[in-house]
Amino acid sequence: MTAEAMQSPAFANIRAESYIFDVGAPERRGIRFSKADVPEEPLDNLVPPSFQRKTLLHLPEVSERDAVGHFTRLSQLNFSIDTTMYPLGSCTMKYNPKVNDAIASLPGFSHIHPLQPVETVQGALRLLYELQGFLAEIAGMDACTLQPAAGAHGELTGMLMIRAYHESRGEHQRTIVLVPASAHGTNPATAHMCGYTVREIPSLGDGSIDLAALERALDSSVAALMLTNPNTYGRFEHHVAEANALVHRAGAQVYGDGANMNAIMGIVRPGDLGFDVLHFNTHKTFSTPHGGGGPGAGPVACRAHLTPYLPNPQVVLHEGIYRFGESPESIGRVRAFWGSFGVLVRAYVYILAHGAEGLRQISEDAVLAANYLRVQLQDLYPARFDGPCMHETLLQATRWRDAGVTALDIAKRLLDYGFHAPTMYFPLGVPEALLIEPTETESIEMLDHFVHAMRAIAQEAESDPRLVRTAPHSAPYRRFDEVAAARRPNICFPGCL
Amino acid sequence: MSYTPHTSEDRLRMLSAIGASEVADLLAVIPGAERSEPLRLPQPLTELELQRHLRSLAEQNRHTLQLSSFLGGGAYSHFIPAAIPALSLRGEFATSYTPYQPEVSQGTLQAMYEFQSMVCALTGLEAANASVYDGATALAEATVMARNITGRDIIVVPRSLHAHYLSVLHSYRVPLRIVGDSIFPHFLFDLASGPSALDASVAAVVVPSPNTFGRLEDWCRFAELAHAVGALLIAVFYPIALGLLESPGACGADIAVAEGQPLGIPVSFGGPSLGIMATRQRYLRHLPGRIAGVAVDRDGKEGFVLTLRAREQDIRRDRASSNICTNQSLLALQAAMYLSLLGPQGLHEVAEICLRRAHYLAQRITSLPGFTLMEGPFFNEFVVRCPIAAEELAQRLLPYGILAGIPLGRWFPELADCLLICVTELNTRQDLDDYVSCLERLGL
Repeated sequence: MTAEAMQSPAFANIRAESYIFDVGAPERRGIRFSKADVPEEPLDNLVPPSFQRKTLLHLPEVSERDAVGHFTRLSQLNFSIDTTMYPLGSCTMKYNPKVNDAIASLPGFSHIHPLQPVETVQGALRLLYELQGFLAEIAGMDACTLQPAAGAHGELTGMLMIRAYHESRGEHQRTIVLVPASAHGTNPATAHMCGYTVREIPSLGDGSIDLAALERALDSSVAALMLTNPNTYGRFEHHVAEANALVHRAGAQVYGDGANMNAIMGIVRPGDLGFDVLHFNTHKTFSTPHGGGGPGAGPVACRAHLTPYLPNPQVVLHEGIYRFGESPESIGRVRAFWGSFGVLVRAYVYILAHGAEGLRQISEDAVLAANYLRVQLQDLYPARFDGPCMHETLLQATRWRDAGVTALDIAKRLLDYGFHAPTMYFPLGVPEALLIEPTETESIEMLDHFVHAMRAIAQEAESDPRLVRTAPHSAPYRRFDEVAAARRPNICFPGCL
Repeated sequence: MSYTPHTSEDRLRMLSAIGASEVADLLAVIPGAERSEPLRLPQPLTELELQRHLRSLAEQNRHTLQLSSFLGGGAYSHFIPAAIPALSLRGEFATSYTPYQPEVSQGTLQAMYEFQSMVCALTGLEAANASVYDGATALAEATVMARNITGRDIIVVPRSLHAHYLSVLHSYRVPLRIVGDSIFPHFLFDLASGPSALDASVAAVVVPSPNTFGRLEDWCRFAELAHAVGALLIAVFYPIALGLLESPGACGADIAVAEGQPLGIPVSFGGPSLGIMATRQRYLRHLPGRIAGVAVDRDGKEGFVLTLRAREQDIRRDRASSNICTNQSLLALQAAMYLSLLGPQGLHEVAEICLRRAHYLAQRITSLPGFTLMEGPFFNEFVVRCPIAAEELAQRLLPYGILAGIPLGRWFPELADCLLICVTELNTRQDLDDYVSCLERLGL
């Protein structure tokens, strides 16, 4: 198929969009307000002139129609789950049910103030209280905080709790955090942010943690091991219980990165495997919209011995009334208020929609779909490991090296076929890695389309490598020069200053 | 309710392609997967049942469209034009991924760039990121920046910083020097009270204006004091107020942070929220978080990419200064829409209404016997000292459908008779007069 024939219908006839600052005209308005309707006093009597703005405020001046046109056209330049499959490994881009949005938009949820008296927000507090319980149950742990604003924020919260725990026992010498080579970059960055020194633990040939190396690294200077399970190779860490026991024997704690929880819900609980603390990413596991980067939520579950260190406050039920409870040993707040409430409402609705069996079905279907893709692609894109994968499969685009076609080229060519790119070059150290996670919400027909596209691209890489190397051809834009962009950054419209 | 589309037939087809007889074969590596007990969760609900159940939970909350709310304290109810939810709920924005593939993410990227530009316009600073989690975490990230830029340790904060923000700084283990007091009626950040507060160990001085009592602080004076000892000024601002008040950049601030929720985002029980961060061009490479920048594609077409990625944790790992790997894209988009719809005049109008109505209410309340107003200039939030405990006063106004304000005793035990009252354009003249009549009726 030629590039011309691969015109993605989503982008037919779409041109670049002007800057909002170039639309409109002085004094044009999108909205007006009435007068203050109180006795007129000179402004200078209310606020000293020295505090008043003297510099001009360079904001857009547009009609509502201009603004709506602009932002609607911008939206049409995006891929999204509503329009496109995202085979994006470790990101779990599943479908986001619309009922979640409808419910989060109810005024009884979206227009309540965080500092209202608790008797006026019992419904909201009950929701948070129950969600704390659901997530602790799914994690196999004893308690849960809903405060963290994202997965990485959850990591920070969990590691601060571990640090507070060791300090409460007078173990100030524990300054090392162990992180497997395959971990997400946030793990070492989080440990560093908490004041720890990071030591990397190698992975074995099958992607699992090297137990012997772990045992050698463990001593009384180690505060924690941070472990993602299933790991970023899409494999279940089958020695996880032994690894966690070794860590505990050395007096350290095990932090669980729950990024891949979509593979194991209702099948196994991290708490039962010996994890002490675990964060969830609600936008991965519980279908809350990714929003082009956020808002997210990163609830953190923990076992009883870490519960006193959870961020303040927790929602508690006391004499039939839901209220906020504080612990004197808490690490403190990790954000101004109680959590990304609008996001948490969606996660709560999603869990209630499924129940125990439904959540297990999600994980089983996610694993099934990933393996279905694996077996149909591994002749052209060899799998990094033999045997079944979990919810994502790690393939390699090494076959076309001589033709100069890389994993990046394959991924960009997928955009022409109407699929988002898979995760590439991750985990680190796997040549031409393509990490593919279809999730449980794509139909078998869509999975077949994806297989067809991947196989067609493999053929193009043989017959017309240039076509693949120069992709995409039918997206609104071609590949960008990101190096030049970073060298001389233009990050603010010049007219705004 | 389930969103997995697979029929039994589909599952069999997939299993047969894989060469497995049942899913359990694929899960054999997981210890105990076979005999795991079902999770203890409620029975699943249909969409109809979900809607009914959640509507009944929502109805157990009394929301601010039903009540007359004078609550601020870090979360502010402002009018939200209908175009904002209509556009931001579009699936192409709401369900898109982080824009790592710029060829198919120009909508999100251009909106981020325009948001950054509007933040620069508001703050008078040259470099903004595409947002962080909330105002409090934006401040925590700003203190990390200041310590890295100056190579110094100590962050000076006033006692008039929001109590929750202070708690977040403690949680993030920021070395703090807390200065000043909270004595009614001044609430001023008085550096002179501790002559040694500023020295060569200080990385930055944090100055919120309005501060947690609503009082305006003079950033220009603090910029001079901070710069004189080689420290930075971190200004914490209220974005709506900047329609009327001078920008932190023009006053000499080096970093400015804010909670961006007032810009077209519902209060939603305090989250999700929008952390705004801006700084001087020369500190750009210390700025954490996502940043969109202009780039040129292979055909010479101008567009946008995530730029300056080399600062980030996915590349620098344990050498990154922050672990943040997300922004509040959808909320940044809402804020950009809000600022576009209002423009400079609209923002000035809203700010002026807030300011005028707040001063009207302050004057009416403090003309009642037993009520005193704090001293000094304020924007739309102010403290009154009440003849009875503020907690009790708020309780007694609740039956009238009035959320009277925030009793300050919960944050400052010595201020148990002080109430923090916030007024926005949503509080009508009638609401203000009713508030005063109810106070009169209490006969304090």
